[in-house]
Amino acid sequence: MIKVENLYKSFQGKTVLHDISFDVQKGEVLGFLGPNGAGKSTTMRIITGFLEPDAGQVSICGQDVAQSPVEAKRYIGYLAESAATYQDMRVQSFLNFAAQIRGLIGVAKSTAIDRVIDLCHLEPVLHQPIENLSKGFRQRVGLAQALVHDPDVLILDEPTDGLDPNQKYEVRGLIARIAQSKAIVFSTHILEEVENVCSRAIVINEGRIVANGTPESFKAQTSSGRLDDFFRNITRSLKEQKTLN
Amino acid sequence: MSPTKMIQIITKRELSVYLGSPVAYVFLIAFLLLSGILTFTLGNFFERNEASLGIFFNWMPWLLLFLVPAIGMRLWSEEKRLGTIEFLLTLPITPLQAILGKFLASWIFLIVVILGSFPMVITVNLLGSPDNGVILAGYIGCFFLAGTYLAIVCLASALTKNQVIAFIVSVMVCLLLNLIGFSPITDLLSRWLSPPMIEGIANFSVLSHFDGFQRGILDSRDVIYFVSVITCSLYINNLVIKNTRAG
Repeated sequence: MIKVENLYKSFQGKTVLHDISFDVQKGEVLGFLGPNGAGKSTTMRIITGFLEPDAGQVSICGQDVAQSPVEAKRYIGYLAESAATYQDMRVQSFLNFAAQIRGLIGVAKSTAIDRVIDLCHLEPVLHQPIENLSKGFRQRVGLAQALVHDPDVLILDEPTDGLDPNQKYEVRGLIARIAQSKAIVFSTHILEEVENVCSRAIVINEGRIVANGTPESFKAQTSSGRLDDFFRNITRSLKEQKTLN
Repeated sequence: MSPTKMIQIITKRELSVYLGSPVAYVFLIAFLLLSGILTFTLGNFFERNEASLGIFFNWMPWLLLFLVPAIGMRLWSEEKRLGTIEFLLTLPITPLQAILGKFLASWIFLIVVILGSFPMVITVNLLGSPDNGVILAGYIGCFFLAGTYLAIVCLASALTKNQVIAFIVSVMVCLLLNLIGFSPITDLLSRWLSPPMIEGIANFSVLSHFDGFQRGILDSRDVIYFVSVITCSLYINNLVIKNTRAG
């Protein structure tokens, strides 16, 4: 459902993505791992059509993001890193706007809004302005707008960032519940989340994919059997290689 | 869903932001107060003994010069600063639809604010027998003038995250478009430039094209001028937003 082929991207002469390729099938939850500044958000911004790559292609459910951006974006639900939503709107009006712009009208629209309110537990804050909400609720509003049109592809950039442990648990549970019918890409630097939620993970470091496999296969590559050891080894080994060269 | 429907949804959202914020009401009051003061006090409305809104329309290019940038400066710079531009541009719409939606919402709001001065029309009709056709043309001119300033503000706002910079840049550009047709300036320029050159420069001024409307003349050349500036500014605005996507 998501096909990313040979992405390259640089900002002001600095290469931030180098030959990134992967695909995600229906029912898969792909964990996107990497240190800060590795290129996770840039890759997600290219997949969602917000940024254009210097080279390479992305297709979503068969639609090329560069050739048919509007058609491709219809299949995507995106929660950006900052979960930026219109702060001056109330939750209900914001969700109404998100549903309308995704082409939902009438009964289908109200059913879809009710479904995400229920799914993200937004009932208590429905009539509040988003700017008055806690970080956890704001994140859930962002998630609700990404899910309102029941997209086939879900791109979530650090969806549990800034949430308390209970809220993190809830969001992970939510992702697990909806995972069967969708292709989900989900970035995080919390390794425990990858183990709990993801069926496969990609480790990206300095703009390159350095590992691609199941969390179990990663753990099997370390003597301790721990994912964080694998993560440290693989990101450290790249630095060591550089020093050797 | 049709592109028009998408533009309509964006317009509706932007309008709801205006109506839900105190800025809109402060703006409405500021416009009505200032236009009233400028017309009745500084413009010596009663001493002129004329049943017309000529003085009111005379002040419009100068008053809107400050008020339109104040309304439009947030359009794109706020989206950039808060990061909501990422949300907006990953929705299934084209950048042009977003630009037109935002522009139309602000334009509609400005038109409503300008129409808020209708008690002046009633006043002159009670005091005498004005030519209401001239007044109507004047209002149409104001709508075009506000749209032209607004398109320039939209562009300035797309260029920066900082609303204050967007405000200052757009006031400067709009002021320049006024001054090149303002008679004290054109008189000054006549010392160095030949009359055809001055006329050529003044043709780019909003004042030269607003003048016809003020006199009750709906000239297609004036309409084409305003529509061209609006189209051109919004076209560049589209390029700027596309460029944002190129990183």
